[in-house]
Amino acid sequence: MTKTYPKASRPSLDNVSVSIEKGEFVFFIGPSGSGKSTIIKMLLHEVAPNKGRVVVNGKDVTSMRSWKRPHFRRSIGCVFQDFRLLPNRTAYENVAFALEVIGKTKAVARRVVPEVLELVGLGGKEHRYPHELSGGEQQRVAVARAFVNRPLILLADEPTGNLDPDTSIEIMRLLDRINRTGTTVVMVTHDSNIVNQMRRRVVEIESGRIVRDQARGVYG
Amino acid sequence: MRVKYVLSEVLVGLWRNVTMSIAMIITMAVSLTMLGASGLMYRQVDDMKDLYYKNIEVSIFLSQEVSEQQRTDLDAKLKSDPLVKEVLYVNKDEAYKRFKEMYQDAPDLVNAVKPDQLPESFRLKLNNPEQYKNIYDQYKETEGVDEIVDQSRLLDKIFNILTSIQNIALAAAIVMAVAALLLVANTIQVAAYSKRREVAVMKLVGASNWFIQAPFVLEAVVAGLIGSLLGLVALVAAKYLLFDGSLSALQGLLSPITWGDILFIFPLMAGVGGLVSAGTAWITLRFYLRV
Repeated sequence: MTKTYPKASRPSLDNVSVSIEKGEFVFFIGPSGSGKSTIIKMLLHEVAPNKGRVVVNGKDVTSMRSWKRPHFRRSIGCVFQDFRLLPNRTAYENVAFALEVIGKTKAVARRVVPEVLELVGLGGKEHRYPHELSGGEQQRVAVARAFVNRPLILLADEPTGNLDPDTSIEIMRLLDRINRTGTTVVMVTHDSNIVNQMRRRVVEIESGRIVRDQARGVYG
Repeated sequence: MRVKYVLSEVLVGLWRNVTMSIAMIITMAVSLTMLGASGLMYRQVDDMKDLYYKNIEVSIFLSQEVSEQQRTDLDAKLKSDPLVKEVLYVNKDEAYKRFKEMYQDAPDLVNAVKPDQLPESFRLKLNNPEQYKNIYDQYKETEGVDEIVDQSRLLDKIFNILTSIQNIALAAAIVMAVAALLLVANTIQVAAYSKRREVAVMKLVGASNWFIQAPFVLEAVVAGLIGSLLGLVALVAAKYLLFDGSLSALQGLLSPITWGDILFIFPLMAGVGGLVSAGTAWITLRFYLRV
């Protein structure tokens, strides 16, 4: 697929073709502006390619109508570098919010949220506000929020970008555990340390083209 | 739970920017009051037209020197005229009696006029009041006729005035409505900005569009409905203080505004208030939320 943003001199993604199997763990690496984030945006149906197709969970979403987007997104979890937590809500409330706004009852939230917070290692800190948590803990809340709805795919856009190396490793262990439950994990990063330690599939992008696609790759 | 969530968001939204909410509600109330008033006047003018035109008369005043023969001829001619429904002859004494009645509050004027000075006349009721012109053309040259006066011309003037008052009220309603619209748009922008984090998360996790938009739209609708309620209060107060109060002397002239009329106009005000705010909010959200 190809994506050219308006006013850009060259395409952000130029004739890129990538296939990710269910249950895979894939790193997209490359320098800033190489087009990694555009891939995430396409998977989220935030931008559409100018040429080519985007198929997610077996469905062609290239020309999906925007009113279908909300439902589509419920099958995808998302984690970002800046956590994107609601500052005036506790860890529990942040995760429960994601459930309640897609129509789940409070009873469901009461059952599921503590479970997932336990899973990400935040048992006992449910009622802390984001500012009372460390960066790593905040990112755990974000991961819990992304995972609470048991999505098929977890997209992580530089999830360790704001964290120190040790905390980053912890977050990666968490993502690895989530991957082992069968969830496909797609992670964009330029943290070489992490890529080298994980030894997972690495797709390297440079200037909008794939320059490497390696099964058990390192940062290079 | 979702309904409860949306409702509590609406209240929080109105409270978050309470001064703006008040401004929005007041402008809407004024606009809707004007709208309601002009709607009431519309009905009022219709009622009055019915009432007045039904009783309208054309008066043919006879000159002082009219002869017996001329009077009888005219009488016969009028009675056989297909345009005329009823003919009533008013002689000088009768005219004086009416005059005295009409000006009973001004005895000086009554004393100054003698029965002899008042003209005799034929009072006609027409089958169709609008055919006055034909009567006028037909009889103005007849011997012994001094003047033909049509009340409907006077009424037309009155109704023209009433119609222009009504139009002014409507114009004021529209101008205020524009101000109200801008305030709604602004309030919704502020609300969308202050909730941008929540909205971003909601979009991310796949909350449906209506669920994201509903609190904002309902916030505007609630403001619109409160505005229309205030408008209703204003109209009730206007009836109570103006029509039943200081203008009650005119009661014989103006057809009365009933409580029923006001209750009838309220759904219109509430409907316009609610729908216009909802529409404005929705369009604003399309720009500021891009959901």
